[in-house]
Amino acid sequence: MKLKKVFSVLLASAVMLGALTGCGSEKEEAKDADVIKIGVFLPLTGDNAAGGELELRGIKLAHERYNEVLGKKVELVVGDNKSDKAEAASVAARLIERDKVTAIVGSYGSSLSMAAGSIVKESKVPAIGTSCTNPQVTANNDYYFRACFIDPFQGTVMANYAYNQGYRKVAIVQEVSNDYSVGLSKFFREAFTKLTNDNECIVDVANYQTGDKDFTAVLTNLKAQNPDAVFAPGNFTESALLIKQARQLGIDVTFMGGDTWETQEFIDVGGKEVEGAVLSTAFDRDKASTEEAQIFLKAYVDEYKAEPSALSALGYDAYLIAINGIKNANSTDPQKVRDAIAATKDMEAVTGKTTLDENGDAIKAAVIKTVKDGKFTYLDFVDVK
Amino acid sequence: MSKRNMLLTVVGLVVLFAASCYVQLEMDSYTRRIVNLCLIYAIIGLSMNLTNGFVGQFSLGQAGFMAIGAYVVGVFTVPVEFRDTVFYAVPMNPLIADIELPLWAALILGGIMAMLFAFIVGTPVLRLHGDYLAIATLGFSEIIRIVITNAQSFTNGALGIKDIPTINDVRFIFVATAIVFIIVTCLLNSSYGRAFKAIREDEIAAEAMGINLFKHKNMAFMLSAFFAGIGGGLYATLLGTVDPKNFLFTLTYNFLLIIVLGGMGSITGSMLGSIIVTGGLEFLRIFDEPLMIMGMDIPLFRPGFRMVIFSILLMACVLFWRKGIMGTEEFTWDKFFAFCKNPFKYIWQKGASK
Amino acid sequence: MVIKGYGGGEMELFGEFFQAMQDMTLVSFAQHMVNGISLGSLYALIAIGYTMVYGILLMINFAHGDIVMMACYFAFFGITVFHIPWYFTFVGVIVATALLGVLIERTAYRPLREAPKNSVLISAIGASFLLENLANYLFSGRPLRFPEIPVLTQNIAVGGVQIQSICLVIPVITLLSLVVLLHIVNHTKTGMAMRAVSKDYEIARVMGINIDRVISTTFIIGSALAAIGAFMWGVRYPGITPMLGVMPGLKCFIAAVIGGIGNIKGAVIGGFILGLGEVMIVAFFPDLSGYRDAFAFIVLIVILFYKPTGLLGEKTTEKV
Repeated sequence: MKLKKVFSVLLASAVMLGALTGCGSEKEEAKDADVIKIGVFLPLTGDNAAGGELELRGIKLAHERYNEVLGKKVELVVGDNKSDKAEAASVAARLIERDKVTAIVGSYGSSLSMAAGSIVKESKVPAIGTSCTNPQVTANNDYYFRACFIDPFQGTVMANYAYNQGYRKVAIVQEVSNDYSVGLSKFFREAFTKLTNDNECIVDVANYQTGDKDFTAVLTNLKAQNPDAVFAPGNFTESALLIKQARQLGIDVTFMGGDTWETQEFIDVGGKEVEGAVLSTAFDRDKASTEEAQIFLKAYVDEYKAEPSALSALGYDAYLIAINGIKNANSTDPQKVRDAIAATKDMEAVTGKTTLDENGDAIKAAVIKTVKDGKFTYLDFVDVK
Repeated sequence: MSKRNMLLTVVGLVVLFAASCYVQLEMDSYTRRIVNLCLIYAIIGLSMNLTNGFVGQFSLGQAGFMAIGAYVVGVFTVPVEFRDTVFYAVPMNPLIADIELPLWAALILGGIMAMLFAFIVGTPVLRLHGDYLAIATLGFSEIIRIVITNAQSFTNGALGIKDIPTINDVRFIFVATAIVFIIVTCLLNSSYGRAFKAIREDEIAAEAMGINLFKHKNMAFMLSAFFAGIGGGLYATLLGTVDPKNFLFTLTYNFLLIIVLGGMGSITGSMLGSIIVTGGLEFLRIFDEPLMIMGMDIPLFRPGFRMVIFSILLMACVLFWRKGIMGTEEFTWDKFFAFCKNPFKYIWQKGASK
Repeated sequence: MVIKGYGGGEMELFGEFFQAMQDMTLVSFAQHMVNGISLGSLYALIAIGYTMVYGILLMINFAHGDIVMMACYFAFFGITVFHIPWYFTFVGVIVATALLGVLIERTAYRPLREAPKNSVLISAIGASFLLENLANYLFSGRPLRFPEIPVLTQNIAVGGVQIQSICLVIPVITLLSLVVLLHIVNHTKTGMAMRAVSKDYEIARVMGINIDRVISTTFIIGSALAAIGAFMWGVRYPGITPMLGVMPGLKCFIAAVIGGIGNIKGAVIGGFILGLGEVMIVAFFPDLSGYRDAFAFIVLIVILFYKPTGLLGEKTTEKV
């Protein structure tokens, strides 16, 4: 009985607190008129939290630097989509309907962006994806754009890299429940087959599910095929474990992946075993050519005392695209902003000069990096053909 | 049911429909989305209640049945001209590539597919009891998800399906929900319903009374799957996109909370539970946002806190309030009037009867 | 039988099987065996915890997998954050996890001792969900690295077969736990009380057995095993996330059911069947690697269909 009382008191106080915050936010809405709101739509909890957090850093830095447009203050409204699609749809609707944002920036994770896709399309509010690389995000949707490149491009880039390194027999290990991994694998396979002119160039295709921990069985199979290299795009946790177990089983060929690997956790979990892993990404500090990039680098190091990752850079760029759109439209009317964003051309951004193509995808170069001494190090540069 | 009560029920439905029209025409799309989600979750909650609450068979397979319904709707309602861009990795299987169904047909087909699957599964699984049944149904729901992930040419695998024509129309979803609720109410008031409840109370006694356990359990299980499939299909049209990760078995926990809170074995309870859980989860969203009280940042409030509260609620509900809001009772007009006439007496009598 | 392969290509399942048979060298096969045995003994270790609790309380402790997850976090904090040597941490983790197990039993299960079984099941699901969300909230969803213990992670090569030293340790620990537990259950007073409670709860109480104490003891033993399992798991698969316990939890429960739930030897056998089976299905049917997680559930359903009490389970009849 005592417990029961404690519980009810706790619950009551929770509700009270809720009511308090509710009151708090109402007051803020009074001075709506002179503020332009930009919605941030990212996974801050759940499976994709790590990526979402990094992108939020970039967006916040960009917001600090460009916190005014058209003579009005810009306010960020952060919505956590919890790495969950139903949540993502609600959050997107909430940002648009409740918070009346002019544009949305996000998300990390394509499926989350796709869940928001129909909502931004219906309510005609432009959205700029940060690192949602699935082609479907912008396909048939005039209101979704993105600051990153798409899966087909990344898969092709890695295939070219593998070919240039002299690899002729490659095994693929894909995370079959991850759209990103499946997409990259598919385009890698196509491009690589074309380059080598050999239908047998992919010696093994193995699958695993998100959340798997034991990869020894697929790796033992793979080892028997003696590939020159392994292409294994996927979540960084699973990939790091995969590579660790591969090394333990005596597979010492190069592992290649995509931009999801570029997080500190990949190196933390993978340790010395992920040394030499190769990945493609959008940004590298040594290749930072634009002025914006220098500013970003300095601000990031000052603020977070760490090396910025490509995700943060993409977050920064996505915000820039939005702000530029509003500036060029000279209006907060979402339709005009949308048209201005679609016309983005040669914009100075952290990840290089950015142009959006007719689908709303950013055209930009890819950087190839490798893990060396516990750090992501520049290896190669692949420009758009 | 007396004539007066029947009339009142009809009037009540009309009033609710009018309310849904009001929501559709006057409210913003965020509210509409929440209302729609409430209604859809109510359908699925009710379907889960059918096996868990009325027949007393603890099944955790709702996410899997939803997935079947959602995928049938997803696959068959995407306009043919969009299919190439959606199935960009692996072309759609030529068997189904040109079939496009209207939404209602796809919804019903989804329900039927889920029902067929439940029939196949039910035969071995429904011989089990309690925990075993729970884990076996959970297993089936995972198997469905894994098969969907791997059958790329039919379901587009992990890439998910996009461009499903969306319906964020409260009126339509309200009508669908009302139909499901009416069917289930009629069913439960029939002899089948009484057989279900008899099985719940005591399987052995029910069997001794001549109730065919296997037939009734299987029937309830199939109907439950059918409605969950329909609910899943509506869910797909609400989101406009589906992918296998939507239907992890943790999704089933949402519906578990709904029926536990609303009352295991209560139709109206499922509705109430769904409103409270869906609305409540939206309300609890404030716990994920940083909170400032008098200029102080309360570190307790950060993303993730909401789900902690959600799970504590589920626990608290089972521990201290096992019957939920309605228990196995239903809302009836007679009780409603008795309550209106003299609320204190009604509550006192209810307390006394316990 | 035709099954879908990668990229929509169709391949004969059995053709695939014979191809795999031809390709399989002795070394590969031995390697697969090593992998399977180490995975299987891990499953077995955790499955014992399930079976213990089920044997006494006749309920699935859904939270068991999440107790494993919490134990991994405890180990992380002990070694990486507080720099306690791993062998001391190991003991500390066992104690902390046992306490957590008792805490869960006290708050989530004890109040429902007289309640219908379904309520207990829901409460167990709630407890598991709470632990996951709590871990997500407290430690964030970002993966942490389980501390490296060089003694346990170094490699030993035996004629081309690579064996991590932990893979030798796990089966030993599993068998050791099995022996110790069998001794406790069969030859001590506590064990006798446990068996009595498991046979008939009411009678045991009438006979003067302190039910609460027996159940707490069971949870202490079960959770301590979970902690040992977690430690081994962490060393072998060193990424810690809040959802870490979910799949192993389900699979180990299935292992316990396969062996006959409530039976300690059965849990170990079930664990090995599952671990070896999962590895071998990938070894001989590489195209089915995407279906690997479904394997456990399919085995479960087949077993429940043909022998609902599991391989070593006793036949029970429904009591009126």
